[in-house]
Amino acid sequence: MQLESMYQEIILDHYKNPHGRGLRDPFDAEVHHVNPTCGDEVTLRVKIDGDTIADVSYEGMGCSISQASVSAMYDLVVGRSVPEALETGEHFMTLMQAKGDPAVAEKLEDELEDAVAFAGVSKYPARVKCALLSWMALKDASARAMSAPQTGGSN
Amino acid sequence: MTQTASRPGAGAQRAPLPLDVEAIRADFPILTRTVRDGKRLVYLDSGATSQKPRQVLDAERWFYENVNAAPHRGAHQLAEEATGAYEEARSKIGAFIGAPENEIVFTRNTTEAINLVAYALSNAATAKEPEFRTYAVGQGDEIVVTEMEHHANLLPWQQLCERTGATLRWLGLTDDGRLDLSDLDTVVNERTKLVSVTQQSNILGTINPIAPIVERAHEVGALVMVDGAQSVPHQPVDVQALGADFLVFSGHKMLGPTGVGVLWGRYAVLDKLPPFLTGGSMIEVVRMEGSTFMPPPQRFEAGVPMTAQVVGLGAAVDYLQALGMDTVLAHEEALTAYALDKLAEIPGVTVIGPPDTVARGGAISFTVEDIHPHDVGQVLDDLGIAVRVGHHCAWPVVRRYGVPATTRATFYVHTGYDDIDALADGIRAAQKFFGTV
Repeated sequence: MQLESMYQEIILDHYKNPHGRGLRDPFDAEVHHVNPTCGDEVTLRVKIDGDTIADVSYEGMGCSISQASVSAMYDLVVGRSVPEALETGEHFMTLMQAKGDPAVAEKLEDELEDAVAFAGVSKYPARVKCALLSWMALKDASARAMSAPQTGGSN
Repeated sequence: MTQTASRPGAGAQRAPLPLDVEAIRADFPILTRTVRDGKRLVYLDSGATSQKPRQVLDAERWFYENVNAAPHRGAHQLAEEATGAYEEARSKIGAFIGAPENEIVFTRNTTEAINLVAYALSNAATAKEPEFRTYAVGQGDEIVVTEMEHHANLLPWQQLCERTGATLRWLGLTDDGRLDLSDLDTVVNERTKLVSVTQQSNILGTINPIAPIVERAHEVGALVMVDGAQSVPHQPVDVQALGADFLVFSGHKMLGPTGVGVLWGRYAVLDKLPPFLTGGSMIEVVRMEGSTFMPPPQRFEAGVPMTAQVVGLGAAVDYLQALGMDTVLAHEEALTAYALDKLAEIPGVTVIGPPDTVARGGAISFTVEDIHPHDVGQVLDDLGIAVRVGHHCAWPVVRRYGVPATTRATFYVHTGYDDIDALADGIRAAQKFFGTV
């Protein structure tokens, strides 16, 4: 079976016990992203203090890959500055375009932490969008939060 | 077989299959390849697109190697023979659904055939020829669809309504996956201009009763379109018995090539529709000041057509007719009964759609408790089993049944009990892999 190369233990752990799940207040921007080919959805909020991502909260439905990806992303970006988080997102994108090349994964291992486990997903083009869904939502939400006056969103 | 209900625990019964699966498989070159490290290809995605028998591939090759030319143009021998092959295929495809050849319009696929009619109806409002305004749709008019439609039979009508100011209405669904016809007489009323309904649902497998819809629509003077994308490949369809005004279907879902679809229309109706696409070969006289158009079907076939693909579809029709569409239907009914029983034996598997084979085709959508369809599909793929996952271009249907997506298996003439056994084993393997049992 090749399945283990995609469904790494770390991915299944994030899927079964997601980190940071649930929508929380306060927030500066909320976005809703869907993957129209399969119907996976994520609603994601960001709270930004200065230029630091103070919180990312989310609700979604989708496959193990999309759900585990948002959980691993939460661990990576909360507490980081927005530019740092977006740069990590770019590196995750690079990993997803690597078509399973182990050299790329090795290079990005330190920076991507648990998220490097998604390297196996990059061998399956149909699933890459699942892994990227939450990162796209984060990019969108951060851009909106940074361009809006920071009045606290709600509450 | 039609009364076989699904009986959990009773053990799936294997009725003798009406088609010789091994002999048929030998006609499909792609079924000899392996996938995912040497595994036999178990193709359960014919509902998305069917595989092609050698006879269809040979027909396309024959056309290109022997008679290739643009039909209906040129005076040379190749043009004559290409025109002959194209028109012969039109007659054959017409006869397959009980229609004369002048009522068969070739399109790219079902989607384009539906758009052709939808645009003709909005173009009608501004046509300079009075007879082309017969079926014009505008403010105050209503178009009726159902909640079961593929996006291809929903969006063209939503868009037509947005262009013209007409109102879109729809028939709902019952909890067991049937059309809810209880409000048919109010939804289809004197304001209705057209009703478009699928004959067989691509996601639920439901075979819809067309007769009462046609009766009500014609009572109020509305046209009826039947989406046959999932019915024409799998059951006998005769347009005279159907009674509708339009039937649309795709070649690639019925063993034919991609790039060719069919719009059948009652001649008297087609004759009063303005064109959708305009250009070469659909014209009568062209002047700089204005032009006139050919009668149907040429009026709706602008440009050099998909000639080789039409010839290929003709070969697909020959292939299906040699098997017999009654036999194809009986074959799929036997497979469906067996599959429903096999799935019912697996704890946590829920079929979305009719639970038995009564008025039901071989599209089986299901969910597996606590495993997302994408993940089910991934495990199946790893075992060489091709299924469709997602919302199947019928988002309102999955929403209606409160699931984000489903896994769908669809059958065809080369499908055997071994394929369904592989599917059932694959689902159990997914449950084991994700630790849900």
